[in-house]
Amino acid sequence: MTELLQYVLSGLTVGAVYALVALGFTIIYNASNVVNFAQGEFVMLGGMITFFAWQAGLPLPLAAALAILAAAAVGVALNKLAVERARGAPVVSLIIITIGASIFLRGGAQLVFDKQLHRFPAFSGDEPLVIGGATILPQGLWVVAGAATVFALLYLFFTRTLTGKAILATANNRVAARLVGINTDYMMTLSFALSAAIGALAGVLMTPITLTSYDLGVAYALKGFAAAMLGGMGVPAGALVGGLMLGLIEAITAGYVSSVYKDAVAFIVILAVLFAMPQGLFGRKSTDRV
Amino acid sequence: MNFALRTAAAVLLLGAASPALADIKIGATVSETGPASSLGDPEAKTLRMLVEEINAAGGVLGEKIELVAYDDAGDPNKARTFATRLIEDDEVVAIIGGSTTGTTMSIMQVVADAEIPFISLAGAIEIVDPVQQWTFKTPHTDRMACAKIFENMKAAGVTKIGMISGSDGFGASMHKQCLQIIGDYGIEVLIDETYGPNDADMTPQLTNIRGKEGVQAILNAGFGQGPAIVTRNYGQLGIKTPLYQSHGVASKAFIELAGPASNGVKLPGTAILVANLLKQDDPQYAVVSAYKKAYEEKTGSPASTFGGYAHDALRLLVDSIGRAGKAEPAAIRDAIEQTKGFVGVTGVVNMSATDHLGLDLTAFRMLEIKDGDWALAQ
Repeated sequence: MTELLQYVLSGLTVGAVYALVALGFTIIYNASNVVNFAQGEFVMLGGMITFFAWQAGLPLPLAAALAILAAAAVGVALNKLAVERARGAPVVSLIIITIGASIFLRGGAQLVFDKQLHRFPAFSGDEPLVIGGATILPQGLWVVAGAATVFALLYLFFTRTLTGKAILATANNRVAARLVGINTDYMMTLSFALSAAIGALAGVLMTPITLTSYDLGVAYALKGFAAAMLGGMGVPAGALVGGLMLGLIEAITAGYVSSVYKDAVAFIVILAVLFAMPQGLFGRKSTDRV
Repeated sequence: MNFALRTAAAVLLLGAASPALADIKIGATVSETGPASSLGDPEAKTLRMLVEEINAAGGVLGEKIELVAYDDAGDPNKARTFATRLIEDDEVVAIIGGSTTGTTMSIMQVVADAEIPFISLAGAIEIVDPVQQWTFKTPHTDRMACAKIFENMKAAGVTKIGMISGSDGFGASMHKQCLQIIGDYGIEVLIDETYGPNDADMTPQLTNIRGKEGVQAILNAGFGQGPAIVTRNYGQLGIKTPLYQSHGVASKAFIELAGPASNGVKLPGTAILVANLLKQDDPQYAVVSAYKKAYEEKTGSPASTFGGYAHDALRLLVDSIGRAGKAEPAAIRDAIEQTKGFVGVTGVVNMSATDHLGLDLTAFRMLEIKDGDWALAQ
């Protein structure tokens, strides 16, 4: 029984990391239907900038705030310098631009920072909390809380605020959105800034657990993307549930079946879900008017 | 006719020009950039620094050494191209390089055809087993690291262990090498777990190892962040079974990343990691401290095991050229093969026709982490 609890706690910790990364995909996707493959680099920037600012003597909260702002600025620059220039290009071209941006950011981080692994202290210490004989690190709870908070804010943003709805309208039909007075360029810029900030927040929260390095983005972007697909792209609840499910499946497979097959089992489950529900668990059915 | 004349003149000119360039040319292709740059970067810096040092001290056989170095960025295809260029265009007498096993394998074929001696800087045992006539290497192998660990376990009376290995190239290779020799030490693996190179949490695997009856020690074969996370999780779960790590994480950074849980962790490492712990009468003391001091003054970054491989390769090559008495590939090859008692940063090298590595287990020191620093384990 203790074993099962330990697997669940491990799955929750890892799953919350995936969920946080997956949530970052939501806003840009909702604004433009673009899957931003540079999302993982925002996660990396969050961890790396925090580490180097902290090492330079800044207090940790300030370093984290700086990292989130800096990543948002990079997000804005990515939109202004690359994506906006390709205005009118098909979505596939925009996705390829984000892949290029991801390679560029990774190379840049390698030059500006370094190629080593880094870590900064956990927010509430490293003393594990014991629950029924199983343990979880306090930082794991921070990640879970972070994922829940970002989920709640995103949910409110898209359902309760005018800006959130304007972003959805931009994705739905750019011309119509403009006709009703929405500044679509501004909405795009805003969506990149917010997505980058969420990505960086993920990086800040998870680094004490996962460690960070210039090339960490790709692996987590892939897992986050898988989680977002499983839950339904663009739906905050989908990202949250998809991430947690992925983490739990991995941990329980590693515990009860074999650690060799844990990634395989996770991806088989994703495939099975997508065969039955191509929109993901929480995805909207897309209906196009002809 | 005119053309032939011109060609003849050009050939004559070239012929006349070459004695002016009488330097001994040594070629190098290492992975200065790219995914293996943490290996290739200190290697390239070491080679350049040592060539300056050797030339300032008068070179070898009265000639200066000229280093022709290329950056293959860890790409085996590029490594092959550069090896060919080094031999055909630059006309080097020997090649040092191949930071990774992949690049080494592609250089090996080229040097075998061209009959040029080659000293590899990569770890895999396949490079020297079976012995290839023209290929040598300076780094110890994963198998030797396994042997060192098992020796230590056997001395501590451990007969049953749990293994947890990374599924990346390093972890998988070491896992395989360890299983091949583990029987010789009377040790048995009761439970064998793996993790992915980017996994964030290994508590499920460690929980299984903890729950396995009879496990007396845990061995983690891995490289990069995996072992640091394994060690943290090991601390988190409060496991009391001794933990052994591999030489893949033998660096100061590992202790920082793994935190207090790393206290008591044992692993095999090279002399350069514990240069300040070496006794004055240690056979490697002089070589290791001289290299470490020179490298750290020159580059401002800490000397690494990888730079040590390059150090040994170049020193060994220059030493062999000196013993060969002439800078000709075949003579140099024979001299390298006859090397006896050469003291390097990695260990003491005794080559033979059946051993193109020449290191024994004394190349590794068993280290233990105590109070956040390295100590020699007994």
